[in-house]
Amino acid sequence: MEAINSLKPKIEVHNLNFYYGKYHALRSINLSMPEKKVTAFIGPSGCGKSTLLRTMNCMYALYPNQKAVGEIMLDGENILDGKQDMNSLRAKIGMVFQKPTPFPMSIYDNIAFGVKLHEKLGRGDMDDRVEWALKKAALWDEVKDKLKQSGNSLSGGQQQRLCIARGIAVKPEVLLLDEPASALDPISTARIEELISELKEDYTIVIVTHNMQQAARVSDFTAYLYLGELIEFGETTSIFTTPKQKATEDYITGRFG
Amino acid sequence: MNLYRKRRIINAINLTLSMVAMAFGLFWLGWILWTLIDKGLTAVSLDVFTKMTPPPGSSGGLLNAIAGSIAMTIAGVAIGTPIGVLAGTYLAEYGQRGWLAPTTRFINDILLSAPSIVIGLFVYEVYVASTHHFSGWAGAFALALIVIPVVVRTTENMLKLVPNGLREAASALGAPQWKVIVLVTLRASKAGIITGILLALSRVSGETAPLLFTALNNSFWSANMNAPMANLPVVIFQFAMSPYDDWHKLAWAGSLLITFGVLGLNIVTRFFFRSKTTLH
Repeated sequence: MEAINSLKPKIEVHNLNFYYGKYHALRSINLSMPEKKVTAFIGPSGCGKSTLLRTMNCMYALYPNQKAVGEIMLDGENILDGKQDMNSLRAKIGMVFQKPTPFPMSIYDNIAFGVKLHEKLGRGDMDDRVEWALKKAALWDEVKDKLKQSGNSLSGGQQQRLCIARGIAVKPEVLLLDEPASALDPISTARIEELISELKEDYTIVIVTHNMQQAARVSDFTAYLYLGELIEFGETTSIFTTPKQKATEDYITGRFG
Repeated sequence: MNLYRKRRIINAINLTLSMVAMAFGLFWLGWILWTLIDKGLTAVSLDVFTKMTPPPGSSGGLLNAIAGSIAMTIAGVAIGTPIGVLAGTYLAEYGQRGWLAPTTRFINDILLSAPSIVIGLFVYEVYVASTHHFSGWAGAFALALIVIPVVVRTTENMLKLVPNGLREAASALGAPQWKVIVLVTLRASKAGIITGILLALSRVSGETAPLLFTALNNSFWSANMNAPMANLPVVIFQFAMSPYDDWHKLAWAGSLLITFGVLGLNIVTRFFFRSKTTLH
């Protein structure tokens, strides 16, 4: 594994603080996520790992009393400075949520929805894009004969892969995954994990997970957060074998958390 | 064992009380429906649907009243629905900040529970009095004022049922807010919103008070929405109060028609609700 300093950073977080109203949820976070690698955020519930993920595509901006202070640099440009067009930013940074969220429309339209927002494609090109995205998300073989059926007719694991395909179809550069497998059975989870390993060839992936084995399996770098602070960040192998901080060791060995 | 017996006895008492309450309610409902069918069915004939309201002592039907009721109800719902759906959407999707949404919600609740006769008087004062004649449009406006708060309320409630995750997922793809609303949340709550519109429709189809002051009545056929217009509720009111036997019969026939019209609408409503539950 290469050292983190020799890799090109895709997202850099500088001195980030986050507030839910008056509650100070993230404290002075500094972190650099390398391009085309998987970075995992771990930590106990309420430690701020989902909050950190949701600042990276400015999801928090949908809610009036949430506020982020600091810098998040995407390819060297600060996305928090208020000058960015949120919609084209979110086209570059896809997100998959904990619970599958298929839209109330057909499988085909679910995938085409995001594409139509940013590109004007002819029917043939759109068909190709939908097929490409579904193949990327390892769902094509299961749904190719029922593209006109409602996205809600799929099983939970299939719905989650549909949501991943929907995110990929927009051709983002970064994929944010917020506990993407926590509502799924072990077989679906394994498929999602395989998928993450394949997707990192093309995308920078950031994943929040409660499952430490999952973090160890899929990620190249791991960040351990606790009570809104970044306790330790480094290569996944060293975080899990030789953590520098006692708190990290206690958490990953299950003595705490 | 003692505790178990006690629970069983309490259960039996509560079940009996619930059944008695249900039987009490059903008894009156059944009586009303039975009277209506008994008196109405003998009065319903082909004439009811083909002839105009008659002067006392001669034969006639309710055609002008049926047509007028349908025209004013449709016009009222057509005016009220877009306003109601848009306002409800505002309250649910944009109403998190500021003072405008809570105030609108409060006033809407007042309007929702306002007696319909007050709404009739209001339209009489601002529309009928200034145009100096009763008209079908005045009736339609009064009905629209009853439709709006119902549709606002149901639209807001149905949109609030849409999980926030769906909005976030659409926003995360880079959709502007208006597209999130039109393409995702309104679509997800479509069945519920249509149900609300149908409920408003069945609510106004029996309203008498607001039409009494606005559309008044008309003994002849009139398709002119700018003239006084016959309608079932007011015809029933006038004919039932009259001393003439054949007018009484027509009043019963009209009551039966409205009741079964509303019943039919409710069945359609249920159908929409059923298709909603299969959606999610």
